[in-house]
Amino acid sequence: MSNTTASVEHIKRDSRNLRGSLLDSLEDAHTGAIRNDDTVLIKFHGSYQQDNRDLREERRRQKLEPAWSFMIRTRTPGGVVSPKQWLAMDAIATRHANSSLRITTRQAIQFHGIVKRELKATMQAINASLIDTVAACGDVNRNVLVSANPVESRAHGHVHDWAARLSEHLKPRSRAYYEIWLDEQQVAGSEPESEPLYGETYLPRKFKIAFAVPPHNDVDVFAHDLGFIAILEEGALAGFNVSVGGGMGATHGDAETYPLLGQVIGFIRPERVFRMAEAVLTTQRDFGNREVRKRARLKYTIEDRGLDWFKAEIEQRAGFVLEAARPFTFNHNGDRFGWVEGHEGLWHLNLRIEAGRVADRGESRQLTGLREIARIHRGDFRLTPNQNLIIANVAADDRAAIDELAGAHGLDVHRTARPLRLNALACVALPTCSLAMAEAERYLPDLLGKLEDLLSKHGLEEQPINLRASGCPNGCSRPYLGEIALVGKAPGRYNLMLGADSRGQRLNALYRENIDETTILGELETLFASYAAGRNAHEGFGDFLLRSGVVQPPAGIPVQVIT
Amino acid sequence: MSAQFITPPQVPMPQDKSILLARLLDGLDAHALWWLSGYSAGLAANQAGLVPSVEADAVAEPSPITIIYGSQTGNAKRAAEKLLGNFESAGTPARLIRADAYPLRELKSERLLYVVISTQGDGDPPDDARGLVEHLLGKRAPQLGALRYAVLGLGDSSYPQFNAVGRLIDARLAELGAQRLFELGEADIDIESIADPWRQRAVELGSVATPSTKPRAEVVNLRAVASTPGHGRDAPFAAEVLANQRITGRGSEKDIRHIELSLEGSGLSYEPGDALGIWPRNAPQLVDDVLDLLELDGNDAITQCNETRTLRSWLETRRELTRIGRPFVASHAALAAHAGLNRLLAPEQAAALIKLLESHQLIDLLRAYPARWSAEELVAALRPLTPRLYSIASSQKRVGDEAHLTVAHVDYEAFGTRHRGAASGFLSDSTGESRVSAYVERNERFRLPADGSRDIIMIGPGTGIAPFRAFVQERAATGANGRNWLLFGNPHFDTDFLYQVEWQQALREGQLDRLDLAFSRDQVNKIYVQHRLRENSRELYDWLANGAHLYVCGDATRMARDVDDALIEVFAKHGSGDREQAAEQLEKLRQQGHYARDIY
Ligand code: SRM
Ligand SMILES: Cc1cc2nc3c(=O)[nH]c(=O)nc-3n(C[C@H](O)[C@H](O)[C@H](O)COP(=O)(O)OP(=O)(O)OC[C@H]3O[C@@H](n4cnc5c(N)ncnc54)[C@H](O)[C@@H]3O)c2cc1C
Ligand SMILES: Cc1cc2nc3c(=O)[nH]c(=O)nc-3n(C[C@H](O)[C@H](O)[C@H](O)COP(=O)(O)O)c2cc1C
Ligand code: SF4
Repeated sequence: MSNTTASVEHIKRDSRNLRGSLLDSLEDAHTGAIRNDDTVLIKFHGSYQQDNRDLREERRRQKLEPAWSFMIRTRTPGGVVSPKQWLAMDAIATRHANSSLRITTRQAIQFHGIVKRELKATMQAINASLIDTVAACGDVNRNVLVSANPVESRAHGHVHDWAARLSEHLKPRSRAYYEIWLDEQQVAGSEPESEPLYGETYLPRKFKIAFAVPPHNDVDVFAHDLGFIAILEEGALAGFNVSVGGGMGATHGDAETYPLLGQVIGFIRPERVFRMAEAVLTTQRDFGNREVRKRARLKYTIEDRGLDWFKAEIEQRAGFVLEAARPFTFNHNGDRFGWVEGHEGLWHLNLRIEAGRVADRGESRQLTGLREIARIHRGDFRLTPNQNLIIANVAADDRAAIDELAGAHGLDVHRTARPLRLNALACVALPTCSLAMAEAERYLPDLLGKLEDLLSKHGLEEQPINLRASGCPNGCSRPYLGEIALVGKAPGRYNLMLGADSRGQRLNALYRENIDETTILGELETLFASYAAGRNAHEGFGDFLLRSGVVQPPAGIPVQVIT
Repeated sequence: MSAQFITPPQVPMPQDKSILLARLLDGLDAHALWWLSGYSAGLAANQAGLVPSVEADAVAEPSPITIIYGSQTGNAKRAAEKLLGNFESAGTPARLIRADAYPLRELKSERLLYVVISTQGDGDPPDDARGLVEHLLGKRAPQLGALRYAVLGLGDSSYPQFNAVGRLIDARLAELGAQRLFELGEADIDIESIADPWRQRAVELGSVATPSTKPRAEVVNLRAVASTPGHGRDAPFAAEVLANQRITGRGSEKDIRHIELSLEGSGLSYEPGDALGIWPRNAPQLVDDVLDLLELDGNDAITQCNETRTLRSWLETRRELTRIGRPFVASHAALAAHAGLNRLLAPEQAAALIKLLESHQLIDLLRAYPARWSAEELVAALRPLTPRLYSIASSQKRVGDEAHLTVAHVDYEAFGTRHRGAASGFLSDSTGESRVSAYVERNERFRLPADGSRDIIMIGPGTGIAPFRAFVQERAATGANGRNWLLFGNPHFDTDFLYQVEWQQALREGQLDRLDLAFSRDQVNKIYVQHRLRENSRELYDWLANGAHLYVCGDATRMARDVDDALIEVFAKHGSGDREQAAEQLEKLRQQGHYARDIY
């Protein structure tokens, strides 16, 4: 299953720019899987081979191979999707996938459960809707995040443009994707195209960029390899503060790996975004660790060589010197639910989608509901970095119709749900995620219910507490930025982490290791009690735990407080 | 030749025995010694409850030291690879195998075994070692008297089930009679601090040479002598059910079972191509339903052709309840005085009658056309219960004293109630406690070519796959170098690809050269094996022209006919232009014994 660093590097190098033997793998009718080497390469095309882990043991006994299927992830910068595209995604989910759309923490859509023989048709259908999946996964720049709540300042529109263009600019040049999935003819006898930016081994590891528009930090800008913090002056975009070296991923029992927050190193004018991004990306390409994959992220490159060295290196590559960082403040890293008025009298409705899973489940028929809405909606959709969905740019007179459809299909959770439920994140985990050690998405509703009971017991139900659950320490729900976080260790067992702020500027710390639900609830109940008793006005749960010394700011991890 | 010279360095037996042994061996000549070693190996194999010998030839002789690892995220793998490295630098030959690649049947011929394994889940084995652990814990685990071993467990002490799997295996091997070389190593997160010293000891103690396993080959004759003949159709053997495993995945409309029976001690042996006869027992529930419907008392003693048993026992073990014949319908029609039913018996109604017989079990007829039956008349009128045949899906060279079957569970709704097949239902309900009356039904007309260098083409959709599993096992064991081409079909790839992982492995290991699949319902237009035959007509024709033997097994009603048609087309296309001659060509193959069918 797991490929070593060395093999991954070889596979990339020998892949003729990501072609590998994917075509043969797709042809092989004896198995629903693709060849091991191709499982590495297909990621660069936006897809992962997975198996239904609920069935693994059963099928082994049945002498059947695992229930192989594929996950496909879109490249949708800033999470903007037109109603027409939404309808296309919906049709694909129903026809080829498991009848659900999964809104991710990186503003993308994931399809799950596509079997090999349907894979190509699915890719073609996605592309036919003018959405692609190039570089949605793999050791390249991933989907670029942008604060979701759209045009509330005109500057926001510009920020989004920069993000979208940057995402396009950093796409691999390889034509492999178009040949394999879209039947583009390879120019006979031609050498594989060159990858000016990436080279033949691409990056040592995934690379992630986010654009934040203060005061909102819904993108958790410090969780990414490269962050751009928009600086607005008189409502116009003056430029960006640049932050580098953020990342969540860690490995249980491996002290060499840990989450880190990005650090702000200066300010640049908008037109320098491309050169800055290229400088950071190529520096990581050339200096990132290619021996130990677990240490290959930019955050470690910077740790190993020092921030000063890094800054000098990128300034030299960019050909300009960073200006001093400009002041900014973040007030929250969640979404703002319900209707928000933008400019030009247009409105945006931020819906709550639990753990990002859009599906028809009994009463709540959210997949159908959004299909109905997409049919009448004249604006667009925005996938949020908190796994939610915004119906954006709605004319005042159209609001009623949309509200009605939302209400009729269980899409009005935001009206009734309490802050805890609204803000909670959970990664996908079981049954599809091959790395999951414990449940997350499937466990969240249950967990929330139990915590809500505890909170109301102490009169805290209205407290906006930010909870995040991940099925393993990789941190796909950015758990280390949760005031409360569960990080999976084994079936039914989690590390309980506490004490982050709710602005994405302070990491939490390990509180109890490898405990089961009863213990988790027990621990939290005690802390809720003392929080209810001892908190100051407007003091967040995480801040309280820090002040009252229940948790120390995690050692070795810088606590960012920028004002 | 002197005793102490022969006695191995470490004798796995009490001292008094080893003295006796020394005395016994003293002065024996080489021939006697060979014979003796074979003889005792035979006894050992019997203890282990596994047949051996014949198989032993097939089994590549394992190297003296084997390292097996089970690993989820690679730690145990790395730890095991290091151990191999240590042996290499110590100049001691050893082999390293991942648990799921390890041929379990070699376990009992191992002499020195190291297991490096992590604990996962909530004290579960890593995925790649589930099979191994299951086998070790299972009732078919061999006795390992001759084995010496040590275990390194990898775990994380923050888990309640710290190193559960390492501990389990360490204990179980001892339980199976193996001798622990040194105590279990329990590595925690800081793996090396435990693993390193463990490996050092492993190498020191491991470098002691281990006795050769060669003489086991001699055991054959011994067992032949031991076996007791005599079990047949009328004196079936009560075979223990070792496994009853559904092998169609969730959501499949078919319920197909892989059944493993033990023939140990029966003296029964079989060849690939043979079938196993199974005497079913009618389901007690069904018997009750019949009794209730006819208001008869199951305890009445009934005598038929001077055999006396209770009515219940007649119906359960001596009469067909699921199949009815014309004679019974005739008597029933008379009793029921039912005009419509009577009319069905008229010659011109033959077709309609057949329909009735195929679609109605006894209970359906009784319900549809009520009539009064006395117990005696009923027992007299019903057909005597007959055994059902199942193509054997295993080769003894691979499975020894076991016989494997691939059984489609007949289980369907009709007339608003559930209906099941007598034998397939009986087998599907069987458990580890069950015993099944079985005998071997030879099928000389369905045999592998005596010449192992011949190619074979096997067409076996559905349960027709069964004998070909036996064929491929056999050809692998005998090292037959002819090519093996299998064509298989079923409704869905995802759920109905019978023995999928075995075929994948056979392809990897070159035991199967070609596999063509036809999953009828995975696309709009239905695709069956005969379509694959047409698509590949050129190769098919060339193989046959080269003297390949052709086999068809499975459904007689449609498949076999369609395949015949396809074959005739292929011959017509690439051989002698017209269908007439093509048909003759096919017939000729049949007469030469190059084209055999096992259809039902
Ligand atoms: C879908 C998503 C979680 C969600 O519930 O939304 C997700 C799902 C997976 N992530 Fe992630 N990651 C997702 C956002 C993240 C984030 C959050 C973010 O990027 O803002 C992180 C932490 C930030 C970071 O990268 O440091 C994240 C850190 C990881 C890691 C750890 C990387 C590391 O540096 O250690 C892995 C494992 C790896 O890469 O080896 C991983 C791997 C995976 C895989 C592909 C598992 C695998 O490699 O086989 C998961 C697929 C599960 C499934 O069945 O769909 N995912 N993953 C998110 C998809 C984002 C997207 O659209 O591109
Ligand atoms: C040489 C040979 C080899 C064989 N090998 C195999 C093998 O490898 N695997 C295997 O599974 N079988 C094999 N068979 C078939 C097997 O012998 C039995 O005939 C089969 O298992 C059914 O027996 P039963 O006792 O379960 O059902 P029965 O009790 O004999 O029959 C049930 C009754 O239901 C009827 N019926 C069955 N299915 C349906 C349906 N779907 N709808 C309506 N009525 C139905 C039948 O006509 C019958 O009247 C083989 C047969 C032969 C002759
Ligand atoms: C999901 C999961 C569950 C685990 N459960 C246990 C456990 O129950 N007991 C234990 O001792 N170790 C447990 N471990 C720890 C592993 O055994 C340990 O990490 C070991 O080094 C893994 O070795 P491997 O990479 O060869 O699988 C678990 C690890 C994971 C990822
Ligand atoms: S955090 Fe772990 S379990 Fe959850 S989706 Fe990411 S990799 Fe899978």
